[in-house]
Amino acid sequence: MELVVFIGAAIMILVGALGVVLRSNPVHAALSLVLTLFGVAVTFVALNAHFLAAVQVIVYAGAIVVLFLFVIMLLGVDRAENLSIEPIKIQRPLAIIVSAGIVGLIAASILQAEDAIRQRGNGIAIPDIENPDANVREIARSIFGDYVFSFELTSVLLLVAVIATVMMSRRLNKKNAEVAQ
Amino acid sequence: MSAMIAAIEPTTTWYLLLAAALFGIGTVGVMVRRNPLIIFMCIELMLNAVNLSFVALATSIGNIDGQTAVFFVLVVAAAEVVVGLGIIVSIMRRRSEASVDELSVLKG
Repeated sequence: MELVVFIGAAIMILVGALGVVLRSNPVHAALSLVLTLFGVAVTFVALNAHFLAAVQVIVYAGAIVVLFLFVIMLLGVDRAENLSIEPIKIQRPLAIIVSAGIVGLIAASILQAEDAIRQRGNGIAIPDIENPDANVREIARSIFGDYVFSFELTSVLLLVAVIATVMMSRRLNKKNAEVAQ
Repeated sequence: MSAMIAAIEPTTTWYLLLAAALFGIGTVGVMVRRNPLIIFMCIELMLNAVNLSFVALATSIGNIDGQTAVFFVLVVAAAEVVVGLGIIVSIMRRRSEASVDELSVLKG
């Protein structure tokens, strides 16, 4: 059963990722991205990370992709891009070779370390009928315990991001432009 | 035969290899595509690949810290997308060309 879930999720992830890279229309690419993000959420459930699966769907598929689609529509770039033009002659084969090399190195090191990572630890509580919220409890204890300072810092990060974006994307009208000068 | 297939369980290695493949596809996208929005989406793919390996290893090693790291990555990714799309919008307002090759103003 776990195998079926893994294969299904892997197909979703890889097909979606290839769709992002190969589709010429940005809207189609964004929708393929949703497929990949759902596939990753499925693997999170399979790995007993239930809280992160929910957050993945809400934040990524719900917020980030919608933001992408908003910007695509706002800028009116939702027409197909001509992918047959290659600005630098050997860029594409070179890019594929470089990335295949990176993947090969990562895969080699994973297979090298297979013995070290094979044993399934039991340090993480696995949710069951008796404790359905075991994962949420444990991750909350970690975030609000060990990592509470980082958690507070992320609120500063989000505030800075919001202010920066508002400053960047607002139009200066005449009055404000004079004040700015 | 079907019982044999049912007995195979995906190990952590499988998840890590899947994450490596996803990372590779994202890398190709960043290097090949010219639309800044698509480049951004490919960076999201790469972030997701790293998240996947974080969670797989957290489950395998039995330490919740990996899942906490993924939580922080999610927050930072959200902030990054907001700022990045703001920059793209303010650039695109001045020039409508949807290609990073056109953005050579800063070239010395």
